[in-house]
Amino acid sequence: MSAFSAAFLPTLVRRERASLAATLLAPPVALAAATVVNLELYVLMGRDPVAVAYAMLLEPFLSWASFSEVLLKIGPLLLIAQGLAIGFRAKVFNIGAEGQFILGAIFASAIPVWFPQATGQWIWPVMLLLGTLGGALWASLTAFWRVRLNANEILVSLMLSLVAAQFLNYLLLGPWKDPNGFNFPQSVMFQYDAMVPILISGTRVNVSLLLTIALSIAAWIFMQKSFIGYKLQVGGLAPRAASYAGFNEGWAIWLSLLIGGCAAGLAGAAEVAGPLGQLQRSISTGYGYAAIIVAYLGGLHPIGIIVSALCMAVLYIGGDNAMVSANLPIAAVRVFQGSLLLAYLVAVAFVRYRLEWRRAAYRSQP
Amino acid sequence: MNAIEFILAGMLAAATPFLLAALGELVVERAGVLNLGVEGLMAFGAVLAFIIVHHGGGHLLGFVAAGLGSAVLSLIFAVIALGFRANQVATGLAIGILGQGLSALFGKTYESLTVKGLRKLALPWLSEIPVVGGLFIQDVVVWLSLAATFAIWAMFAYTKIGLVVRAIGENPKAAHAIGYSVITVRFAAVAFGGTMAGFAGAYAAVVYTPLWADGMIAGRGWIAIALVVFGTWLTGRIFLGACLFGAVSLMGLAAQATGLDVPSQVLASLPYLVTIIVLGVISADRRLLKLNGIASLGEPFER
Repeated sequence: MSAFSAAFLPTLVRRERASLAATLLAPPVALAAATVVNLELYVLMGRDPVAVAYAMLLEPFLSWASFSEVLLKIGPLLLIAQGLAIGFRAKVFNIGAEGQFILGAIFASAIPVWFPQATGQWIWPVMLLLGTLGGALWASLTAFWRVRLNANEILVSLMLSLVAAQFLNYLLLGPWKDPNGFNFPQSVMFQYDAMVPILISGTRVNVSLLLTIALSIAAWIFMQKSFIGYKLQVGGLAPRAASYAGFNEGWAIWLSLLIGGCAAGLAGAAEVAGPLGQLQRSISTGYGYAAIIVAYLGGLHPIGIIVSALCMAVLYIGGDNAMVSANLPIAAVRVFQGSLLLAYLVAVAFVRYRLEWRRAAYRSQP
Repeated sequence: MNAIEFILAGMLAAATPFLLAALGELVVERAGVLNLGVEGLMAFGAVLAFIIVHHGGGHLLGFVAAGLGSAVLSLIFAVIALGFRANQVATGLAIGILGQGLSALFGKTYESLTVKGLRKLALPWLSEIPVVGGLFIQDVVVWLSLAATFAIWAMFAYTKIGLVVRAIGENPKAAHAIGYSVITVRFAAVAFGGTMAGFAGAYAAVVYTPLWADGMIAGRGWIAIALVVFGTWLTGRIFLGACLFGAVSLMGLAAQATGLDVPSQVLASLPYLVTIIVLGVISADRRLLKLNGIASLGEPFER
């Protein structure tokens, strides 16, 4: 193998300094590569690649109706990804955003389910707050397990997501099932005041989009300008230096997970109080996992994440379009997401490394 | 048959998907690599095996295809995480998402179809013992998994290959300095882990519950990764852990059979809750993890 690799394979050589060009080029190159590979796959599946590409990548932009759906999808993806990215930078791998999202949705639904007759403009803001709290509480279990019990946060947060999905099923098949809902696993429809007000009339885009953008700016200020954000980043990049400087690791883990949980919980609340209008099984279409990809694709940078959330939202809406017009199974979106992250991870290697052919390396040595 | 006999008889079969995947991940982690894509590798192997068995290819071919397919997928992980030195956590998650996506894509037209499982082989004499006899009536894959457990234990305890893998996981620079190719061994370990995950998925889909449903792996790949931690990277303890999870996943059925009034969702989340609790208990003993943990786990190797 070593003789083989010496003869045929180039080696990765660490750059003197990180390449800015590679940093900026990695996401679009990854997107292009993943698109080519996936269209190839659709050809193998006997689909017309032109029709799929049109439905997936162009159609979402062609009408205001479908672009407004893209704006609607950006909400949860952007919100969760911003929260996760803060944790990822601190090397706290919360991959249980899906569960925190579900708990946020459940907590927010408690008001309209228990008080369906309540009225007043206070209802939806309180629901969003409750959802944020629910997500944070669910994440705090992971934080406790990690900080106090030293357990791996990846495994704990993922297991808690699976538990959350079962808890949602339990509520929807049992105590929270709509008695007049023909036995469907869903709650009652929420009253008018339990819905986030519409932002752009004629679409489903609501005020939570503004909230999401405001929180993205807050994330940028927090990570790029604040001392706390700086401490988190140092903890992630150089844990020893951070502890030498007196930055408390346990505190950083709590903060990372709580921020992630709050963001995911708020996203869950905004989803039930927004486009859905009721608690249903299908609230969790993998936003929590897709947001991990959004966070990485955006370079874990708050501004980059806005762009990558837009791309992922287009992929979701485009996938729905392609399902209808090109008979593409919806699972194709997951395949695309996975390959997109893989392509990005390859592309981003060139930020810190460059390829060097072995012979050239030998020649350069005296 | 009472609940204890029921659990004893079914425990090993229920444990097999956990066991096979965890043994694979054990070898991967012992070599210093963290592959979090096990869930997706299992799902991919499961769908390949199911399709082949459904079209009459037979169980052997199904397992071979699952092993090969998941090995190929795990090699993509190896190229990106080891070749390009990408973040292993992110690469593993991506492979997991890709594997689950491919599984759903390929399995779409097979939803709710069934295949025939495997015949059970009874050990003479032992299977006639009252109460525990059921333990000795198992299908051939269970017996082979037990053999694999023993083989992997022996490999780490007695063979040079086992020693090399451990050395590379503990101190890749030293292993490299004395002439071992760290990357080659890690690639081989990852491919082995992928193959085992493929077998685990195949067992789940064409033997244990021979019915196709999207998402049928249902977190078992993640529990397998947790099992490696529970077992503190020791083969024997991982085997015991897998048996525990086999028993836990049967407890739900046993409880329902006795007419216990517990919501099915509570029973379904039992394995996840047990994982969380055991993970907390074992990890709280920091010394235990430090003693047995893999020093270079998840770190890219650079000369």
